[in-house]
Amino acid sequence: MTALTLTNVNKSFGNVHVLKDINIEVEEGEFVVFVGPSGCGKSTLLRTIAGLEDVTSGEVCIAGDVVNQTPPSKRGIAMVFQSYALYPHLNVRNNMALALKQAKESKETIEERVAEASRMLSLGDYLNRFPSELSGGQRQRVAIGRAIVRHPKLFLFDEPLSNLDAALRMNTRLEIANLHDQLGATMVYVTHDQTEAMTLADKIVVLRDGRVEQIGSPMELYNNPTNQFVAGFLGSPAMNFLPANLLEDGSPNTLGVRPEDLALDDAGPLEVTTKHVEQLGGDTNVIADCHGHQITVRLFGQHAINAGQHLRLGIADGKSYFFDAQGNRLS
Amino acid sequence: MNSARSNPISTVAMHGVLILYTLIALFPVFVILINSFKTRKKIFREPLALPDAESFSLVGYQTVLKQGDFFLYFQNSFIVTVGSLTLILLFGAMAAFALSEYRFRGNMIMGLYLALGIMIPIRIGTVAILDMMVSTGLVNTLWALILVYTAQGLPLAVFILSEFMRQVSDDLKSAGRIDGLSEYTIFFKLVLPLVRPAMATVAVFNMIPIWNDLWFPLILAPAEETKTLTLGSQVFIGQFVTDWNAVLSALSMAILPVLVLYVIFSRQLIRGITSGAVK
Ligand SMILES: Nc1ncnc2c1ncn2[C@@H]1O[C@H](COP(=O)(O)OP(=O)(O)O)[C@@H](O)[C@H]1O
Ligand SMILES: [Mg+2]
Repeated sequence: MTALTLTNVNKSFGNVHVLKDINIEVEEGEFVVFVGPSGCGKSTLLRTIAGLEDVTSGEVCIAGDVVNQTPPSKRGIAMVFQSYALYPHLNVRNNMALALKQAKESKETIEERVAEASRMLSLGDYLNRFPSELSGGQRQRVAIGRAIVRHPKLFLFDEPLSNLDAALRMNTRLEIANLHDQLGATMVYVTHDQTEAMTLADKIVVLRDGRVEQIGSPMELYNNPTNQFVAGFLGSPAMNFLPANLLEDGSPNTLGVRPEDLALDDAGPLEVTTKHVEQLGGDTNVIADCHGHQITVRLFGQHAINAGQHLRLGIADGKSYFFDAQGNRLS
Repeated sequence: MNSARSNPISTVAMHGVLILYTLIALFPVFVILINSFKTRKKIFREPLALPDAESFSLVGYQTVLKQGDFFLYFQNSFIVTVGSLTLILLFGAMAAFALSEYRFRGNMIMGLYLALGIMIPIRIGTVAILDMMVSTGLVNTLWALILVYTAQGLPLAVFILSEFMRQVSDDLKSAGRIDGLSEYTIFFKLVLPLVRPAMATVAVFNMIPIWNDLWFPLILAPAEETKTLTLGSQVFIGQFVTDWNAVLSALSMAILPVLVLYVIFSRQLIRGITSGAVK
């Protein structure tokens, strides 16, 4: 069964058209990530799913029911925010219990669900603390716990890791992935970070300027981007874009090559001058100049390359992508 | 302040200026207080001298307590001030919440309309207000004063509070809506506690002009049983003779309740500031 269906969803704030004709299906149990640059409408899309914003036109279906007229608390969803949004006047236990109390659940049910969530997130020691007495990572776990206790049909995450530092971000990311496996719940996760998207998602939806650019599994999008935007957005370091006339004379198209698909090759077609070398131990990233265009090369292992050196590069077979002037992929 | 960064000269200068300002501000209050305990002759001979065994006298306080119904005036002032502040804060905060939280047609116009009162003094409408009070039968009731002061205080309250409410996290309100809280619960439980410092500011700004006002009590509620303290004290100021002992004693006593209210609100102010700092 589909857990969430968006049909021709449009959203405008006054004259500003933020979401443009969005069509997305999410299957039950799926982990779907909406990814796109800041300001592309990810949060707005999530808020329309939650019912915090009305759609201007189109239909939102959750678990088969049209919920356009249903208030947020009745949609069977739970949401985790970037800023945690814990209730400052309630301790951890009551923060988690509030939604259940509002829904008039019995005392035993509430107790049981809070205990279950605090066990999953190891929050047992903090139940009587107030949000101001917790660290950022703990606050975010409480926010996730507040979502879990509701046993929602659909989890919504709005950039939940953006306010955490790098190490904590990675741990919490794993924790969310584990949670998804344990609960088998449907999750919709919004982020501007392509690494989070690639590592967590069963299915990625790439958004730009309020439009869906491409939908697919992480590897589908990585190997088979339909346009230059998707190709450049996923992958780190990002794909290199060069005028295709470097390879074939007179071509008006753009050539895309991923940094790892380039290799040192004395007979290769690209001639570059290195500008900067990043030695990472396991990898070496070479940033070079190719006829006035910057190009990044990712070499496996350690290489003794210096800045200012002249190199020739070859492209792995079948790994060049071509895009027309509008950015569409040419097969 | 960080002791490594503070320079002794600037610290001394800073404290010097603040102490000087405090002295200037408190001087009139001090003069009123000491003179309220002196005989009439000494008030005029040596206005700046402290009361001593010879000049000490409680005649002013005796007059005040005997004359008229001083405690009733006191009570009236208190009811009017607290009642007006309550209504200003309640309705001001509610209007501010609506203006800052909900998108509706005319939101902007409504905000401007409510802010208009900041620029137009309410006393311009005194005659119309008196007319209105007469026809509704509210003349010579405390309600007349409470309603007028509420109207007078609302524009600035709405203006200040809506500015602060815009800064309250959207995510917090959204979380409340998803958890099924009503808009009233979101307003009273989530938003109001976070704008408490602004509420205290509004309260302090409104309290003193209301307590001290002479104009509206004189026009709308001059009857004996609705006189406020400020109006009540006027009986001692005559066209030809003024009972300075009584005036000074009445003023001294009038300071106290304002002081108490101020301490209550400033506690809130400070608590709000520090709770924000450790967030
Ligand atoms: N309440 C609002 N009123 C007007 N414009 C808004 C509102 N909320 C969002 N927008 C606009 O919608 C666009 C998308 O915002 P948002 O969904 O927050 O982006 P993202 O989460 O992808 O960074 C932005 O250009 C923003 O200015
Ligand atoms: Mg966002």
